[in-house]
Amino acid sequence: MAIPTNVETTFLLGRLNWDAIPKEPIVAVTFVAVVLGGAAMLALLTKYKLWGYLWNEWFTSVDHKKIGIMYMILGLIMFVRGFADAIMMRLQQAIAFNGSEGYLNAHHYDQIFTAHGVIMIFFVAMPFVTGLMNYIVPLQIGARDVSFPFLNNFSFWMTVGGAVIVMASLFVGEFAQTGWLAFPPLSGIAYSPWVGVDYYIWGLQVAGVGTTLSGINLMVTILKMRAPGMTMMKMPVFTWTSFCTNILIVASFPVLTMTLILLTLDRYLGTNFFTNDLGGSPMMYINLIWIWGHPEVYILILPLFGVFSEVTSTFSGKRLFGYTSMVYATVCITVLSYLVWLHHFFTMGSGASVNSFFGITTMIISIPTGAKLFNWLFTMYHGRVRLELPMMWTIAFMLTFTIGGMTGVLLAVPPADFVLHNSLFLIAHFHNVIIGGVLFGLFAAINFWWPKAFGFKLNQFWGKVSFWCWVVGFWVAFMPLYILGLMGVTRRMRVFDDPDLQIWFIVAAFGAVLIAAGIGAMFVQFGVSIWKRNDPAYRDVTGDPWNGRTLEWATSSPPPSYNFAFTPVIHGLDAWAEMKEAGASRPKADYIPIHMPRYTGSGVIIAGLCTVFGMAMIWYIWWLAVVSFLAVVGYSIYHTFNYDRDYYVPADEVREVEIARDRQLAKGV
Amino acid sequence: MSTITQLKAPADYWETEPHHHPEGASTNIGFWVYLMSDCLMFAVLFATYGVLHGNLAAGPGPKDLFDLELVAINTAMLLFSSITYGFAMLRMARGDQAGTLKWLAITLFFGLCFLAIELYEFAHLIHEGAGPQRSAFLSAFFTLVGTHGLHVTFGSIWLVTLMVQVKKFGLTSANQRRLMCLSLFWHFLDLIWIGVFTVVYLLGVI
Amino acid sequence: MSYVCRGPDPLGGGPIYTPPHATSSGEVTAHMRILPRLARFIALAPAFLALSACKLEVLKPSGDIAERQKDLLLASTGLMLLIIIPVMAMVVWFTWRYRASNKAATYKPDWDHSTKFELVIWAAPLLIIICLGALTWVGTHLLDPYRPLDRLSATESVPDEDPFRVEVVALDWKWLFIYPEQGVASVNELAVPVNREIEFSLTSSSVMNAFYIPAMAGMIYAMPGMETKLHGVFNNGGEYQGLASHYSGHGFSGMRFKAHALEPAAFDEWVDEARANGGMLDRPKYLELEAPSENVKPMTFAEVDPELFDRAVNMCVEQNKMCMAEMMALDDQGGTGLAGTINMAQLTYDKNIRRGLARPVFGQEPFMVTSFCTPADSVKMFADLRQSQPVVRVDQTPMRGIALPRPENRLGIGMPRLIQDARHPTAVEPQL
Repeated sequence: MAIPTNVETTFLLGRLNWDAIPKEPIVAVTFVAVVLGGAAMLALLTKYKLWGYLWNEWFTSVDHKKIGIMYMILGLIMFVRGFADAIMMRLQQAIAFNGSEGYLNAHHYDQIFTAHGVIMIFFVAMPFVTGLMNYIVPLQIGARDVSFPFLNNFSFWMTVGGAVIVMASLFVGEFAQTGWLAFPPLSGIAYSPWVGVDYYIWGLQVAGVGTTLSGINLMVTILKMRAPGMTMMKMPVFTWTSFCTNILIVASFPVLTMTLILLTLDRYLGTNFFTNDLGGSPMMYINLIWIWGHPEVYILILPLFGVFSEVTSTFSGKRLFGYTSMVYATVCITVLSYLVWLHHFFTMGSGASVNSFFGITTMIISIPTGAKLFNWLFTMYHGRVRLELPMMWTIAFMLTFTIGGMTGVLLAVPPADFVLHNSLFLIAHFHNVIIGGVLFGLFAAINFWWPKAFGFKLNQFWGKVSFWCWVVGFWVAFMPLYILGLMGVTRRMRVFDDPDLQIWFIVAAFGAVLIAAGIGAMFVQFGVSIWKRNDPAYRDVTGDPWNGRTLEWATSSPPPSYNFAFTPVIHGLDAWAEMKEAGASRPKADYIPIHMPRYTGSGVIIAGLCTVFGMAMIWYIWWLAVVSFLAVVGYSIYHTFNYDRDYYVPADEVREVEIARDRQLAKGV
Repeated sequence: MSTITQLKAPADYWETEPHHHPEGASTNIGFWVYLMSDCLMFAVLFATYGVLHGNLAAGPGPKDLFDLELVAINTAMLLFSSITYGFAMLRMARGDQAGTLKWLAITLFFGLCFLAIELYEFAHLIHEGAGPQRSAFLSAFFTLVGTHGLHVTFGSIWLVTLMVQVKKFGLTSANQRRLMCLSLFWHFLDLIWIGVFTVVYLLGVI
Repeated sequence: MSYVCRGPDPLGGGPIYTPPHATSSGEVTAHMRILPRLARFIALAPAFLALSACKLEVLKPSGDIAERQKDLLLASTGLMLLIIIPVMAMVVWFTWRYRASNKAATYKPDWDHSTKFELVIWAAPLLIIICLGALTWVGTHLLDPYRPLDRLSATESVPDEDPFRVEVVALDWKWLFIYPEQGVASVNELAVPVNREIEFSLTSSSVMNAFYIPAMAGMIYAMPGMETKLHGVFNNGGEYQGLASHYSGHGFSGMRFKAHALEPAAFDEWVDEARANGGMLDRPKYLELEAPSENVKPMTFAEVDPELFDRAVNMCVEQNKMCMAEMMALDDQGGTGLAGTINMAQLTYDKNIRRGLARPVFGQEPFMVTSFCTPADSVKMFADLRQSQPVVRVDQTPMRGIALPRPENRLGIGMPRLIQDARHPTAVEPQL
């Protein structure tokens, strides 16, 4: 046989050519729709002359609130994409029986489940969580912004860059067909020769830089920017959980970055880290990726644990039960999350002692997690529970997550894992905790803090429609997967030969449709609320619509760019609740100029260049890779020559804003 | 915890006097955190080297390849550069701009010498057929040492940038802070190199 | 095969299983099992009742190992439900009781600490995890796939004979089974004698895979260049599904096979048939077979190169390619020096190429290290590698402390095994 040679490349376009445009009808139609929709949107933006506004007020903004909102929008857009993948999979599995191949071929289907996982974790859950922390943490600690505002903007645009790369794979070339963690040797150049895995690598690398930097940024912000008097043990619980999350980010994402670099070297240079031959060790990749991967799970869930704490205490009208044990539980989880990675591959044959060690450490994590759940319960105990939307999501979370937690501990028992590993039971388990924990938490958070961010509440009716569709849909979609797992059905299967399974897949697909309805209702909820935003029933003039307890409710909704005209001084937990009790809600004093960072376009530009670099590397367009890399270095150096990075908001301007707020308050009350 | 916090007077809850976070107060700790994350990347590389260093694929091993004398010279270069960077920082503390620049230039010289020797070593190995593709051991070796080398390269580019900035804008507080960060970075690379020298070269040859 | 349950017996505890219906492949032995008490309690739980109509293979296996894995699964579920159910009840109850409109309920806005409660909320999960941890430690060691069986079923001990050996290679995308004692091989079809300990040795030719027969025992990865082990037994004859349970690429969905557990006579018949109609599986044929193909129909081989599996594990089926074992032996001596940079040959063989033609863009052409071994050396090397260790089985007699009475089996499943295990905590550790 012939010696392997490379795919034809040209100097100008590398290995990019007409064959790279997918011809599958589904993709082609999506492509056309996206192009038309995108063109329409660009035309509208141009027509209404919004480019300048977007650029000046949003894209170049270093305001943590605006960046937070942009993160949430990114998450929402990618969520729609990730969900489209999900529903396609459900449909394929519901019909691929009795000799039917379904409607997706293996090449397409394998990309879909890979993309679904990658997008949902890296470009939905991560932006949501990061956006939430970005928006809320500085407000909760009484700061004016994060420690490194420019870095914050840059991190955001790197995340966008990663998302752009992953989205581009839909229309140019292909995405990885390896599963979301791209285990070698399958992800090696020999078994995945084309661009799919390269899209995966560069998408994650570009976004990963953003995530790491944002982790450093928020961690330092919490350490250094707290308002006077706020000791660590007086920080709101959400800030605590965010702090632990950012520690986890800083201490785990570099591992991912390096692991992917090694995979890149294998693919581009022919090194032998994870190859079968010449001494490479694919098992090492699996260990390394899960050393990042397991903390990642807690990166996602911890901030939401914080959200549930805030929501439960606010809507129970009560101090949080067991603040101290809550904090210790969070710290325990943070530390333990590094000691459990091997439970993702008990079946690799590590031996009984190793397996049981990691099984037991995994179970131990359920102790602090259980303690947290009890803390929320006892916060409700002797409270006055208002069943507003955020609280409803919290209760749904408690009921759902306990089941997910239970099946998780079950999977931590190695002999049980030997029969359930890689099965649909596992799929059901982690969707149970990620949807039941992370997504429900996000919906609680969105309903809770939306009025803070935009100055009006969300519609209740559509919120409830969305809630019920989601909760019911979740159980209808995933209960069958638990059952199928117990029937010995493996994940990532495209066609089935046992007709008895089909009914369960059909039920699951129906559940997915219910969830789709829930997502639809959520968009309607946003739309209706925005439409009626000036209606008094929606308008929040007080800045404190829920009778909140932490500092973010002490300022107006939406907060002014500088957050607080005067820095709050903290004496105890639940600072704002205490202020209200002491009648200290708004100081009357001479306004002072406020020191603020300047907006800059450097973040967008550097991140854009990094994205171009990633795309050039994927397609082997070397000249462009060299040029864009040099441009990144050059522009970064150029950026450091700009010393004029901050300014003062004059006292007069502060006075105007604050007087307007006084008027609003007087009118509203 | 269960007792109700003693309420303070309303005025005690807000700071109405101008409140200054000293500029760049977070930079130092932020940079430390960054260095720790970088350290983790090296930890992965060290771990990788630890796992793969015996997988020679029936090819050459450390004893056949490493020239300890060359590496000793190389180590000396990097250690000297750290010392000279220290002198630059001492000059900076005294506000001596010319002295600072002089010592920074010497640091840069040693840094570039280090890189040159390393490149020579790599070229030599590849020429002998012991390139990074030959075995997992060589892959891990080239990547660990090469990543350190890349860090030194970027440190050098940064150093040049800072020299230009100090020359142009003087030893302003912003520039002092930047020099401080680079100093941390440079010493950090020195520490990593000590690890490389010990784990890769010394343990490999002995 | 399909199982039909009569449903639960409300007094007698757990569902009573009718024996599996005789399937096309032959007879089936009725096999009554006594569920441990805890598991029986769980089996009564409504959730499981609702499901008893479908074939939950994991919960109704036909092999002792899978059976005990299931017991552990149910016992752990039961242990956790001890805390999960009260918590869920409390969530609902507190939500209702302390709803804002219920002004009758106590309201203490500043109550945020109670040492007693805190103690309980940390201690209760802790206690459960201690129990579960103990169960896990023991269960993991007892059911370790590398460990030779300690019994054939709850009532039968292992006879003093070598296990039935099957060598498994995961190919792209089909399973190859080699029967070293019989000298035959089959693709995508496994036949083994019923009620006999089976020892699977597994490897893969290209990417990672996992070998799983839900009715027999849990899964284990099959990885290139490595050999993993799995021990199991079928207690009931019949035809079972076997599958790849680790995604391995394009043809993964079709990588399924039927596992036939046959009575000895039927098994011999199967072997004879394989010997009668099938070709020779030698190294060139293996390389041909290894090339990617999907949804492969079952086939058999009458004869197999006896070195084939060892060569597959050592990734040296190709001519002149150095075996991993040889390579590792050389590496242990510090490699082959600078001369080692030239004992390479271009890899003219292209199993690597699945879809396109690729090599690392900046890398060398794919190459392999050439072997120094003569055929005679190889034979000796493989013979050395084959030196299997004697099977160490767990002593079945319960251990007794000098002053302790012989333990009664009051705690259901865990206790007697725990004690046995303390005697041989590391009876067999895997060697990877």
